[in-house]
Amino acid sequence: MRIPPRLAQRLAFGLLYASMILVALPVLLIVVLMAVKGLAGLSPALFLHGSQALLPSIIGTVCLVTLTGVICAPLGIAAAVYLSEYAKRGPLVRLVRLSIVNLAGVPSVVYGLFGLALFVMLMKFGRSLIAGSATLALLVLPLVVSASEEALRQVPQRLRDASLALGATKWQTVRRVVLPNALPGIITGLILAISRAAGETAPILFTAAFFSLTDPYPNSVFDPVLALPYQLFVMSTEMPDVPIENKWATALVLVVVVLGLNLGAIVYRARLRRRQRW
Amino acid sequence: MMKHRTRRVWEWIIERAILMAGLAAILFVVAIFLFLVRDSVPLLKTVSLGGLLAGKRWLPTSEPPQFGLLPLLLGSLYVTVGAMVLSVPLGLGAAIFIAEVAPPRWREVLKPAVELLAAVPSVVFGFIGLLMVGPWLARTFDLPIGQFAALGSLLLAFMAVPTIVSVAEDALTAVPRALRDNSLALGATEWQTISRVVVPAGRSGIVAACLLGLGRAIGETMTVLMVTGNAAVIPEGLRGFMEPIRTMTATIAAEMGETAYQTPHYFALFMVGLLLFLITLGVNMVADIVIHKAGGMKE
Repeated sequence: MRIPPRLAQRLAFGLLYASMILVALPVLLIVVLMAVKGLAGLSPALFLHGSQALLPSIIGTVCLVTLTGVICAPLGIAAAVYLSEYAKRGPLVRLVRLSIVNLAGVPSVVYGLFGLALFVMLMKFGRSLIAGSATLALLVLPLVVSASEEALRQVPQRLRDASLALGATKWQTVRRVVLPNALPGIITGLILAISRAAGETAPILFTAAFFSLTDPYPNSVFDPVLALPYQLFVMSTEMPDVPIENKWATALVLVVVVLGLNLGAIVYRARLRRRQRW
Repeated sequence: MMKHRTRRVWEWIIERAILMAGLAAILFVVAIFLFLVRDSVPLLKTVSLGGLLAGKRWLPTSEPPQFGLLPLLLGSLYVTVGAMVLSVPLGLGAAIFIAEVAPPRWREVLKPAVELLAAVPSVVFGFIGLLMVGPWLARTFDLPIGQFAALGSLLLAFMAVPTIVSVAEDALTAVPRALRDNSLALGATEWQTISRVVVPAGRSGIVAACLLGLGRAIGETMTVLMVTGNAAVIPEGLRGFMEPIRTMTATIAAEMGETAYQTPHYFALFMVGLLLFLITLGVNMVADIVIHKAGGMKE
């Protein structure tokens, strides 16, 4: 029996609507859950006092992601400049691109193993802020490279041509014309990378994170740090006595930090697109 | 004249540095591989590769320790297959909806909303699964425990969906307008156009989207560590989905913290890491090749 085309279309569109709803539902659900359950447990005391105080973790996460940004920004932007401005088509560039694709696909826990073997053990950083940040920097490097390269490519060729025609060298053109024009896009990419790093747990499990409140703040980059995602992990798996509201509130703070950075980057990018002169 | 020369030297140095940064990505992939090999191969002195891959028991701290990877491999397989069964139809359905059916105004909201789902930290998914979804499913379906393989699959599905939607939607949007117009002009309905013209034209991108989602699901760590119960047993049949299980990623995350440097247990965990690295490398390579084929076709 053949299904009439009109009926088939209605059935198929119904399924498409249903799958869209099923995909969008968890987004809504997470937002609502976080707002309702998380806000109920949120209080100033939660940030400052007790064995699950959030402030040390927030500061630890800020330290981690700042150092991550400092490590991966120069490397990632320089790699993007190479790909967009200097590289000529060929097997070498193909290999670089393939490597970046593969770096993006390496599981985060494998980055953790690599960080443990290289930074913690071989370079003798120990379980520390610097080892964790270096590991996270590798993890987010593909993000920074892709976003920066995209931003560089959107700078119109005629700006480069004009600069070169005025007698500027290649590097002067890149430094004074291309990079400034691509900067907003590059910054957007960096914010997204930072937000990714802020939410990662597996890479810092054995390279940086610890849980202690006797001396929670790192004194140097060679000290271990507390981190929000790690604290949420420990609270939810190893601390059955902690009131559940506190756990939800911790999850809320983490989600607000990560999604807040993300939304910020998305809004910033949307506004820039509207203002762009070309 | 002098100034001119120093500038040239300066630029030469900078441009070398940029080249180095560009090549660093290759170096990192090679370095990760070499470190994984260095810290996993010594295990083969104590266990043979066959005994490792076919070994049915993962008892790393018993005396003598047993490093059979089969339970972990099957654990990852179960959770990942379950996740793909859920996320591929959902993700492709949503991608087709966003690309072909939704009004343009919705599109601008829906795609970022789905991509926001990708930004939710995996530990948060694990947290919600562990505290809410797991206990609720256990009550509803009368299960003995709220941590099991299918719960991991369910949560992983929603983590793989954004990747699938994003890549597949791009592939569908890239299908030339003229193909749709021709099909509609010939009297085909919208659905006939979508199912017989647009989707086949974008199929490389769709396949790549599923592969990238697969890569994401295999490598996911914190969520499965928190919700799948972490029992290193060999799952049996379909019932295995409703029982606790243990994946490769979760094993590394759970055990590496308490393992002494360069002991057999340490080497065994790096061996698991090496296998994960090779699997995801393979999946990503194939996805990349498929995408590039699609690019070639369009030109």
